[in-house]
Amino acid sequence: MARDLDAQEGVRNPVDNAAEGESPLIRCKRGLFSCALDRRSFLNCALASGAALCVCEFARPLVAAASWAGPQKQDDSRFTVEAKFYQKLQNKKIKCKLCPRECTVGDRERGYCGVRENRGGTYYTLVHSRVSAAHIDPIEKKPLFHYLPGTLAFSLATAGCNVNCKFCQNWDISQVRPEQVPAEYAPPKLVAELAKQHDCPTIAYTYSEPVVFSEYLMDAADAGHEAGIRSVVVSNGYMQEEALRTAYGKMDAVKIDLKAFTESYYKDVVVGELKPVLDALVTLRKMNKWTEIVYLVVPTLNDGDSEFRGLARWIKTNVGVDVPVHFTQFHPEYLLKNLPITPVPTLERAKAIADAEGLHYAYIGNVPGHPAQNTYCPKCPRMLVERVGFTASRMLIRKGSCPFCGQPIPGVWHA
Amino acid sequence: MCRWMMGATCSSSRRDFLKKCLTGAAVLGAGGGAGLLAAAEQREAFAKSRVVIARDAMLRGAGTTVDSRRILSLLDRALQAIFDRDNPIETWKKLVRPGETVGLKVNALGGPGFCSNPLVEAICERLQQAGIKANDIVVWDRDSDELERAGFHVSMGGNRVQCYGTDRVDYEQELVTRGSVGSRLSKILTQRCNLLINVPVLKDHDGAGVTIALKNMYGVIHNPNKYHPNGCNPYIADLNMLPEIRSKMRLTICDATTAAYEGGPGYKPQYSWKNNALIVSQDPVALDYTGWQIIDRKRAENGLKTLEGDGRAPHYIATAADRQHRLGTNDPGKIAVVEV
Ligand code: SF4
Repeated sequence: MARDLDAQEGVRNPVDNAAEGESPLIRCKRGLFSCALDRRSFLNCALASGAALCVCEFARPLVAAASWAGPQKQDDSRFTVEAKFYQKLQNKKIKCKLCPRECTVGDRERGYCGVRENRGGTYYTLVHSRVSAAHIDPIEKKPLFHYLPGTLAFSLATAGCNVNCKFCQNWDISQVRPEQVPAEYAPPKLVAELAKQHDCPTIAYTYSEPVVFSEYLMDAADAGHEAGIRSVVVSNGYMQEEALRTAYGKMDAVKIDLKAFTESYYKDVVVGELKPVLDALVTLRKMNKWTEIVYLVVPTLNDGDSEFRGLARWIKTNVGVDVPVHFTQFHPEYLLKNLPITPVPTLERAKAIADAEGLHYAYIGNVPGHPAQNTYCPKCPRMLVERVGFTASRMLIRKGSCPFCGQPIPGVWHA
Repeated sequence: MCRWMMGATCSSSRRDFLKKCLTGAAVLGAGGGAGLLAAAEQREAFAKSRVVIARDAMLRGAGTTVDSRRILSLLDRALQAIFDRDNPIETWKKLVRPGETVGLKVNALGGPGFCSNPLVEAICERLQQAGIKANDIVVWDRDSDELERAGFHVSMGGNRVQCYGTDRVDYEQELVTRGSVGSRLSKILTQRCNLLINVPVLKDHDGAGVTIALKNMYGVIHNPNKYHPNGCNPYIADLNMLPEIRSKMRLTICDATTAAYEGGPGYKPQYSWKNNALIVSQDPVALDYTGWQIIDRKRAENGLKTLEGDGRAPHYIATAADRQHRLGTNDPGKIAVVEV
């Protein structure tokens, strides 16, 4: 059942138009000092357990940040677990089979993502249970609009990413090696417990790139499910099929960042490839996994009509018109500070094209108060979920259907 | 006469250079050291880039370890040949001045198999004789554990040569960007050192083709793993363009006493050879080009394809020399290789 949304104002930041991508560290600072509930939880937790393992502690709260004097040696062995998807080669080399990059990695070296290391011919993930950012977010912030609206997600990330998007808003955790960023040890069971403690029905793997912490994500999802907590992942989908089926098979919903609809953009701006991401979307569809797509619209780089149209047609043909697509607003960040914020009319144009191509759920993201943040019935077409910022302020869907005309609305809804 | 002039390549650039020396706009060769030019600017004064290969077949005597006295004299020979000087200490005084903090960026990744320790000790000895205080010398790489593994003794503080990794002091928070590169720089580079002496190893590299002078700068940034696609091209060239690196770089002294022609960058005894040489230059591009030829010759001797034939030609060297970068020359006609 949907939570009492008003009562949760404390953990929301309705005026904040930042996407999921905004730095969780900054977000946490705000959370600590603008939100009594969160701060109380933090203090209670610390006082009660005598330990510092509470949500905001992971994300280096302001008090901790101020006293953080520089890099501290982390006990590497606690976070080091043999990787699941790789192949041993001659001369102690390995080939990683987790993502399409297929890094060939020599002894004592790391792959492109920087969080996996070859030690004597065995490949290890260095980020199992190594949480560099954690926060409690509304599920709408992922964004997942057709998944338990109005609920909270216990959201976490480790360091590392298998691409290098020039617009990354979390580059300070995604584009670093794990030892370069403060982290806490959060084994899967603890994550499940914390999620429960904080009334989060879902654990979300997010912020950086969960592909690169797949082993941890799988174990945390198992621990969560044992405790009755679901799992969702926010990912670039740049993953090999076997790994995707194994790791994301454990998810209850998936959000894929489809960053553009051209290979050239993927090559130049993302440092990745489009084709494997499209393949991943098709695989998720075949797996019957609830999936939503985000398309960050970057002025001049991926905002052409033909791209929007190509994208919409591809979605319609390959994964179906019921897959929600979110056209979200870009903010200058990281290596793309020279471009402006995406004009709202551009986002509206993208949505109009998607609507015209027949997609049922095209949303506009990062523009608080825009009517295209709401969910409308594709048949009648009444408003079914009203959203203000990241807050779902009204939720009318009943038993997965429109209460007015009975049209089934696909998604993962409250029982 | 300005003794920085080399060989018979006196041209208008030489005249300009002499004029600058006389007017005090630059004091290279003036002995005092104030206002020393960075290596990149110095190169522009010469028509050819000099790459010195100093070799000593008896570097290890009858044993397997490098003899510390012999490597010191090998270093002297190399430096004297580069700068056309008779006195080794005077040569170093051309490069550094008292009060400066000198960073020796080594390459510890290969471990003890490629250990540059004897060479680094020799450099430190000469630096101190040239007036640099011991604790104003920082031997560094990205990680202290790697330095230890490679045979260096990590030490911070006290009145001795400093040796530690960036892990002890962190990277700058701010990104610096140039072309394809956006990275955080080691605080050792930005805050600790006035000038850099690059001390790489001569090695094959499975991705880049070779890793010598230019690629050794991957150890100064927080995210080198992001710059290995496409044979590290154009990343290596872009990285070396960063003003923080370019303006501080004075000299490359490549440890080619033990080198690798295959299987790099890690140390594989079966693919390494005792080369007993140092390669020294102020032009990292010319040095890398020369090192590449040496590695290719060794590969041929061992029945291996050239790096080009193996699909791993180090194209980044040409990029570093192109019009956008001009970090040095890869034109064999403009490289004077001097064997001593
Ligand atoms: S997951 Fe990391 S190591 Fe593996 S192929 Fe991808 S980038 Fe390379």
